[in-house]
Amino acid sequence: MTDVLTLDGVSAGYGPFHALFDVSLAVAPGEAVALLGANGVGKTTVARVASGLVAPERGQVRVEGADLTGAAPHRFVRAGVAHATEGRSVFASLNVEENLRLSFRRALGARGVAGALDQAFEQFPALARRRAQLAGDLSGGEQRMLSMARVLVEAPKLLIADELSLGLAPIIVDEIYAQLERLRAEGTALLIVEQHVSHALALCDRVLLLEHGTIIWEGPPADAADRVVARIFEHGEAG
Amino acid sequence: MVLAASFVEDLVRGTLQGLPPGAVYGLIAIGFVLAYKTSGVFNLAFGAQAYVSAALYFQARNEWGWSNLAAFVLAVVVVAPAIGLVLERLIFRHLPPGSSLAKLVIAIGLSVALPNLFELIVGFEPVAGRTPEGLLPNGAGVFYDPLGLYSFSRDELTALVVAVLGAAALAALFRFTAIGLQMRAVVESPRMTELNGIRADRVSAFSWALSSFFAGLAGVLIAPRFNTLSAPDFFNLVVVAIAAAAIGKLVSLPRALAGGLGLGVAIAIIDTFLPRIVERQQWLEPIQENVTPAVPFIVLFALVTLWPELRSSKEQTDPLAGVDPPPPTPAALTRSPWLTRITIVFAVCFFLVAGLVVFLRADASWLFVVTQAVILSTIYLSITVLTGFAGQISLCQGAFAAIGGFTVFQLADRFGMSVLVGAVVGACIAAAVSALLALPLVRLGRVWVAIATLAFAAFFDAVVVKLPFVGGGGTSLLQGTRVPRPVIGPWDLADDKAFLVLAVLVFAVAAYVVSAVKTGTVGRTLAALRGSEVASRSIGISPTRARVTAFAISGFLAGLGGAMLSIQQKNVNYASNFAPFAALFWLVLVVSLGARTVEGAAYAGASFSLMDRIIFQGTFIGWILRSEDRIPGVFPLSPKWRFVLFGLTTIAFAKHPEGLVENGKRNAHVRMAKLSARRDAHREPSADDAVPGEAVA
Repeated sequence: MTDVLTLDGVSAGYGPFHALFDVSLAVAPGEAVALLGANGVGKTTVARVASGLVAPERGQVRVEGADLTGAAPHRFVRAGVAHATEGRSVFASLNVEENLRLSFRRALGARGVAGALDQAFEQFPALARRRAQLAGDLSGGEQRMLSMARVLVEAPKLLIADELSLGLAPIIVDEIYAQLERLRAEGTALLIVEQHVSHALALCDRVLLLEHGTIIWEGPPADAADRVVARIFEHGEAG
Repeated sequence: MVLAASFVEDLVRGTLQGLPPGAVYGLIAIGFVLAYKTSGVFNLAFGAQAYVSAALYFQARNEWGWSNLAAFVLAVVVVAPAIGLVLERLIFRHLPPGSSLAKLVIAIGLSVALPNLFELIVGFEPVAGRTPEGLLPNGAGVFYDPLGLYSFSRDELTALVVAVLGAAALAALFRFTAIGLQMRAVVESPRMTELNGIRADRVSAFSWALSSFFAGLAGVLIAPRFNTLSAPDFFNLVVVAIAAAAIGKLVSLPRALAGGLGLGVAIAIIDTFLPRIVERQQWLEPIQENVTPAVPFIVLFALVTLWPELRSSKEQTDPLAGVDPPPPTPAALTRSPWLTRITIVFAVCFFLVAGLVVFLRADASWLFVVTQAVILSTIYLSITVLTGFAGQISLCQGAFAAIGGFTVFQLADRFGMSVLVGAVVGACIAAAVSALLALPLVRLGRVWVAIATLAFAAFFDAVVVKLPFVGGGGTSLLQGTRVPRPVIGPWDLADDKAFLVLAVLVFAVAAYVVSAVKTGTVGRTLAALRGSEVASRSIGISPTRARVTAFAISGFLAGLGGAMLSIQQKNVNYASNFAPFAALFWLVLVVSLGARTVEGAAYAGASFSLMDRIIFQGTFIGWILRSEDRIPGVFPLSPKWRFVLFGLTTIAFAKHPEGLVENGKRNAHVRMAKLSARRDAHREPSADDAVPGEAVA
């Protein structure tokens, strides 16, 4: 079976700043992969390359075998890649319902919107109460739920989740990981970028360890725990 | 009872009378809000876009003999959206979302460049007396009078109907369609929109085409209001429309229309009833004529300064802005002392040579333009202080300069006071006005400062200039605003060469003061505030004090320069020298050449008055070829190219806010430094490589 995402010898960066050096990785359909590492090693850049936000300088990006190197992000989305970005990933100037409409309309067509909205509000009652509120006024946890709700209605082939737990109360983190679990059961592959190690290790099949813009280790979660902790503490980071 | 009935009748008549101009304000306000909502641009160039379509329609219909429909299709359906598409593709797509100040400056540049570029390409010349005609045949000749109180012309009704339908249609577009939602999403973050699977570039192109189409439509519909088509009139109308748009908080289309209609009606009603009140209250007489033109500007200024909610509807920052490469590092964050020394030596040599040539060889007309260049440089130093040091965009420097000019005129005319004393007094008054104006502005965001100062400039232009104790009132219409040349002891400055010496002295003192300000406490405080206001406050800097000082210094310099210009021309010449639209070009020049240095102001002054004479008329080529006969046939170029050239260079403001000349100079210096470093080290320098690269190796 073709891997849903392949990065082949990718180097990338921002203008004069290089962040990734010859990174290769593959995510198989339905597989959950955790990308771990300390602050500033290039995890988010891997996520951005994988969703087309950053075009690689060298190397190739393939989605289900199709070469999408240098393509605009909307083509990645249409190929089945969803990206929940780090930090705020909702439109602050649109209200909750408009945020959902924006993605449902594209994904499901005009007829599918109403049904999808009902489904999303049923899944996240907290959002239903705030459907007319500007997304920028939501709390951090509610914003994260909103971006999950956009993804969950039509399960993507691959979800890239970047630091979903950052700055959230533990109970909300648990809820978000429960949703990820559900998605995975439906057959969505996951690429999870985390500093919050324990949740990611519990969920994933495979772990990639990133350091200074290259992948330095790859293996099963059971073997990863010690290494990850050691690596991260070496850099003075408390995961 | 009879009195009450006539009161109601007058009220209704006033309301009806106010609807047609109100519809015009509303039309433009809708277009302005549309552009702001869908592209995040405070589109001051909206008037320029409207003007281009109106003029093209006029040209096609009257000069080329096209039918109304064909001319409409060309001007509004084809060319107007095409302009929007070109602007989006070439300029605005490349600006990161949220860079509202850069977008504003570019829009100001475009409002100078577009009309001139159009006139050059099409060969359009605004000719007085050829009244533009509306869309429908005989639009100005057919009248409807439904209530028997006021008759609407067919043109007026068309504008009214289109404004209402347009607002409704656009509101529905935003409310009910997918593209409406997508346009709002793209303004906030094109990348996040892409992550929703939507082609952000197409949406943004559509936004620009739509708002430009609307600009064209508004232009053609409002053209019949004017006797002659001219770009400044359209610009002034936009200022009025911004007031209407501000009533709708800049986002609501129906409220923008309501604001426009409301302004029109309010003005008409004041016009109806004020004279009656004045009949009984004689003391109100002097303000009677001036109240109505001032209404929109007072409303705008009041809304901007007193309605915090308007300002708090600020743009959202793009959460994915981090994906952009960081802005190119300035060639050098601080100038090396060597560069400054080289610049000074070069400048001294240049000015000695140029000064000698001017003194020995120049005729009266050359002396005039050179003196004008020196005086304008003094005025431009006021922009250096305010825009370069304080980072504030002020669009009312023309008004400050005019205050200087008018003070000299009034003091000399009424009291026979020496014009040099008058110039200093004028500069002080301008400084005081500027500082007062700054008080409510210092806490506003930069874009709002620009809008508020624009409102002040328009207010000054519409009202203050017409007051007898400022612009001279009725007598100045006949005699002009004459200003004599001074005599200092044996030194008679009626002689142009002598006056040039004085102008240079004044500029030298002003330049010294400005560079002292830059390196002194005020300058450093302003630089800190420009970097981060929050950080500056946290170390105890008061933004209010620093900015009010900057405004006062700037006002003083502008007033002084304005006074000098009036003395030089022996007349204030307000309309051609200091009107708001003319003063826009000042800002454009200084910002594109170099707003942070004294030389930048000098280059701008030289460009304003010498470029036409030296380059566009082919004189320079003539000097190089050593014969006037060999000047190529393309010369003389139209002086309008000057506006196009500098208007378009503002595009660089987003990347190089310090100005093109300064940037080029620093780049050259850094390259030199690198070259010599390479020679010293005998190896390839790797300054550009990022640190992580070494870590991996």
